[in-house]
Amino acid sequence: MIPVAFDYERATSTDHALSLLAEHGDEAKLLAGGHSLLPLMKYRLAAPAVVVDIGRLTDLSYIRSDGEVLAIGALTRHRDVEINDLVRSEVGLLAAATAKVGDPQVRHRGTLGGSLAHGDPASDLPAALIALRGTLIIQGPSGIREVAADDFFTGFLETDLGDDEMLTEVRIPKVPNARWSFQKFNRRAQDWAIVGAAVMVGSDSCGVGLVNMDSRPIRAMGVEAAVVSGASATDAAATAADGLEPPTDLNAGVDYRCHLARVLTRRGLEESGC
Amino acid sequence: MQVSMNINGEEISDDVEPRTLLVHFIRENAGLTGTNIGCDSSSCGACTLHLNGEAVKSCTVLAVQADGQELTTIEGLADGDILHPMQQAFHECHALQCGYCTPGMVMAAVSLLDEVPQPSEADVREGLEGNLCRCTGYHNIVAAVLQAAGGPR
Ligand SMILES: Cc1cc2nc3c(=O)[nH]c(=O)nc-3n(C[C@H](O)[C@H](O)[C@H](O)COP(=O)(O)OP(=O)(O)OC[C@H]3O[C@@H](n4cnc5c(N)ncnc54)[C@H](O)[C@@H]3O)c2cc1C
Ligand code: FES
Ligand code: FES
Repeated sequence: MIPVAFDYERATSTDHALSLLAEHGDEAKLLAGGHSLLPLMKYRLAAPAVVVDIGRLTDLSYIRSDGEVLAIGALTRHRDVEINDLVRSEVGLLAAATAKVGDPQVRHRGTLGGSLAHGDPASDLPAALIALRGTLIIQGPSGIREVAADDFFTGFLETDLGDDEMLTEVRIPKVPNARWSFQKFNRRAQDWAIVGAAVMVGSDSCGVGLVNMDSRPIRAMGVEAAVVSGASATDAAATAADGLEPPTDLNAGVDYRCHLARVLTRRGLEESGC
Repeated sequence: MQVSMNINGEEISDDVEPRTLLVHFIRENAGLTGTNIGCDSSSCGACTLHLNGEAVKSCTVLAVQADGQELTTIEGLADGDILHPMQQAFHECHALQCGYCTPGMVMAAVSLLDEVPQPSEADVREGLEGNLCRCTGYHNIVAAVLQAAGGPR
């Protein structure tokens, strides 16, 4: 399978990438690791006229401590996130979720920013970011803005990013003392989650993000409120699928997905000490 | 577009369309047909080679993305007639039948040992998660990787 022909531009800086986006508008697509975009282009589900390669912007590949927050550059590859000591100690849930993405070859190429910008409800990292209450730094022609994870994912493969904007950094509040669990249910090696639950429990806080339980990566608000008010893991998890509209596909129908969401959330809460 | 990359120690340049996949560049432009295409959809791992020392699926990388980079394919592992220790271990453990998955499997296994030099059996099974073999049932492949790592732990 070969993509439709396109013009290739290699960005040499964030500003260069932004000016290429400004020039080509919705004809252009950014290419980071290419592990979501290239499969789509090969299946010809995407056919951008211009591909702007940001894969060499190594200045956007970093993991830094910034006060109460861990800042991760958008171009940081999954592998570098997975094995990083700061990520493991300060936001361990993200390291655990990242280690579950695809297989080693995928994790050598795919980037954190690409995974989030793709906005796929079946992806693991958006759910982890929601549970951890992360924010996204977006750069565009009118400057830099910061968006909370809940407001970033707007629909199926849709995000708050404009055609002329680029995700540059992900910021995650440090939770070194929180307990967490990433529950991913699938049937075959390297597969996407049929359903997944990213769970983080702090001394007086709780975050739960669900994979593949709605048209977008979604927060289980009822579960979080129940945990904070002292409910047991079983009682809190019973609300995990309330109000959600999971997809139906060859792997699972709605009822089964709702069942999985409750079971995985309960396991996640139990593993997090609830 | 003119691209140039170092493949197995040799500089190879050619003019390609931006949409050329790395695996096609390797097989057709560089003439190195050891790297196979299986699924062509980033699932099977048959096309695995090393990009700057790390295993990647070359059916999901554009040749232009590898421009100026260093690549190693299965042809670059052996030292003349002397097999790479991973190839030798596959040979000794009978870790292949039809051999179609083997180049990708060996490249993934070498990359795995670079990252986890002393793997457990579980590490090997998870580390080769991205490579499918329809013949062997994996048992002898896992044994070969453990042997190449210096024996089972
Ligand atoms: C075989 C296989 C298995 C996989 N399994 C899983 C899995 O189990 N779980 C999982 O979560 N993911 C999985 N993935 C997806 C993987 O995590 C991708 O790496 C990731 O989704 C996309 O990251 P990328 O850097 O490759 O992005 P790209 O493919 O380069 O880009 C994806 C999209 O984001 C846009 N984009 C990229 N970077 C930016 C940026 N900085 N700013 C704005 N827009 C940007 C692009 O324009 C494009 O639309 C799998 C992929 C493959 C091929
Ligand atoms: S041919 Fe590339 S992964 Fe199957
Ligand atoms: S030996 Fe035949 S596919 Fe692995």
